[in-house]
Amino acid sequence: MKSPVPGTESEASKARWEREVLEPTLKRSPERAGEFTTISGRPIDRLYTQDDVTEGEAPAPGEFPYTRGIHPTGYRGKLWTMRQFAGFGTPEETNERYKQLLRAGGTGLSVAFDLPTLMGRDPDHPLSLGEVGKCGVSIMSLADMERLFEGITLADITTSMTINSPAPMIFAMYLVVAEQQGADWKTLSGTIQNDILKEFIAQKEYIFPPRPSMRLITDIFQFCAKDVPKWNTISVSGYHIREAGSTALQELAFTLRDGIEYVQWGIDAGLDVDEFVPRISFFFNAHSDFFEEIAKYRAARKIWARVMRERFGAKDERSLKLRFHSQTAGVSLTAQQPYNNVVRTALQALSAVLGGTNSLHTNSLDEALALPTEAAATLALRTQQVIACESGVTNVVDPLGGSYFVEKLTLDMEEGAYKYFDAIDRMGGMVAAVEAGFPQREIAEASYRYQQSVERGEKIVVGVNGYVDRDEPPFPILYIDDQASDLQMARLKTLRKTRDNARVAVTLEALKEAARGADNTMYPLLDCVRAYATVGEMCDALREVWGEYEEVPSI
Amino acid sequence: MRTIRVVIAKPGLDGHDRGAKVIARALRDAGMEVIYTGLRQTPEKIVAAVLQEDADVIGLSILSGAHMHICPRVIALLKAQGLDHVTVVVGGIIPDVDREKLQAMGIAGIFLPGTPMQTIVDFINQHVQPRAEVV
Repeated sequence: MKSPVPGTESEASKARWEREVLEPTLKRSPERAGEFTTISGRPIDRLYTQDDVTEGEAPAPGEFPYTRGIHPTGYRGKLWTMRQFAGFGTPEETNERYKQLLRAGGTGLSVAFDLPTLMGRDPDHPLSLGEVGKCGVSIMSLADMERLFEGITLADITTSMTINSPAPMIFAMYLVVAEQQGADWKTLSGTIQNDILKEFIAQKEYIFPPRPSMRLITDIFQFCAKDVPKWNTISVSGYHIREAGSTALQELAFTLRDGIEYVQWGIDAGLDVDEFVPRISFFFNAHSDFFEEIAKYRAARKIWARVMRERFGAKDERSLKLRFHSQTAGVSLTAQQPYNNVVRTALQALSAVLGGTNSLHTNSLDEALALPTEAAATLALRTQQVIACESGVTNVVDPLGGSYFVEKLTLDMEEGAYKYFDAIDRMGGMVAAVEAGFPQREIAEASYRYQQSVERGEKIVVGVNGYVDRDEPPFPILYIDDQASDLQMARLKTLRKTRDNARVAVTLEALKEAARGADNTMYPLLDCVRAYATVGEMCDALREVWGEYEEVPSI
Repeated sequence: MRTIRVVIAKPGLDGHDRGAKVIARALRDAGMEVIYTGLRQTPEKIVAAVLQEDADVIGLSILSGAHMHICPRVIALLKAQGLDHVTVVVGGIIPDVDREKLQAMGIAGIFLPGTPMQTIVDFINQHVQPRAEVV
């Protein structure tokens, strides 16, 4: 029976339920807490009903605005890409790990670089002390990139490279290795992270000031649109924003607003929106609050589709469809009782899958202690395979669509994100907001609030402030010694003696020339790479022209 | 008695400053005077900050695995400057096998992920004797 005024009947029935059923229960046995909140601190009601869902039913999957997914068949057509981030030590050691992951059924590679590479420093720079090969693989020059992909046919795989400030240099190296293998750049596929805004906001691996950094990114947009059309030119990342302590909403809002900023800069650089936006992808954190995360992914697709159509007039469907990678939350892993991390990761991965992730990395149980062992990395991959093959959740598209709670959270996420967009627009865009330190402050506040709620015992982290074991058995970890560092240092010396240094100097000069003017920097960079210039040398050349960014420290 | 002065530093190339910032605020809220150096500090710059600020404590935040290079350097520079009285604590991802070596070289406290802020506040309060105010 339909009620004459929509919602009236159920409102009445909820009021009746509260009076007749709930109140007597609460009198007998009160709830465990006065307020229930998500891990982001968002209050959660006891019960959601159709009255909370103020919008009509979301359109079906594959239909604008894609809240329920970008593919009409969900995972029935194709599973997500199981892409495990890996890299440590020498290029040879990482090459071995890649071959092992591919043998174990991994379907894409994902390169973790060490800090000197990420910061555009050669291993012999004073700040590289102790960092070479520690958090990822050390890649100094084309020679290392050749070693990294030895025996792996780049035309047959897709590779994701987590590289930001020196993204153009590393990407150029990858392209030259592909060229050496005889691959056609036009068919080559993969992703570079290349998201500098979140570096200023959260992870702080920046080199150049914001504006020249943005120019490097628009250079890549232009270059790829013409030369490497299937490459994902940027992976706009909320992951690091969340790891830095943001709420789920802040992650969503800042990431999408970063995306909007890149689109605006691309258009301002003279590109047509549908020429480069289809190659923009996203990267979200899969954190612990199960439903809040699912709502975040659903809202992300919906907002992006709308903004691309309404704000930028995008027409190509591919510009409207938000594709995203996700990674389980490193920050949620505990050094205490590390086996608990397997469970956390499985639940987080499940939320990403239920939210329609297009690719996924699951963390290893030992990552609060060290870089993962091979056994731990394999277990992390197996976790995804269990979800894919055994849980049954892949049989149906957007199984939580229509859940009052999830739909309400999705609507709230959307509304909250638009509020942040308005605030950032008023500041003059994301570059200006970053320069003013706005997102940085918002995140620091949220991070401190969360930490306090853990300290007060309002949020329980199992094994940390609840269910603590006093005597934990020792746990085997991967220990990275200095062998890789020593070897890379020696190689660097040899490289500088054996290569054609005159050619290196000429190519670096041409790079500076392009940087001073308006020519696309990718072409001179490719020449630097072919001459075996190092990452440090190429970045130094640009430091000379653009200077370095330094953040004003604040707490 | 003057308040305890703490330099919180991020040495090396790593930019993950969530822990450093949270602990800086927690120490400040606990009544200490906190100087945060910001990112990418060499051991030389960190020790210079300790000297300049007349600090009682240095908190090094290291998550990148470079601790076995950075810590000995900081300790050696402190000694060279006659700053042996400064308490050095490290927070971050520190494998068990390195703990004893770090303690042997003079690192007073090592705090792993998940350590309550109060534990660190208490540790500093117990280990650092507040000095008389110098007029």
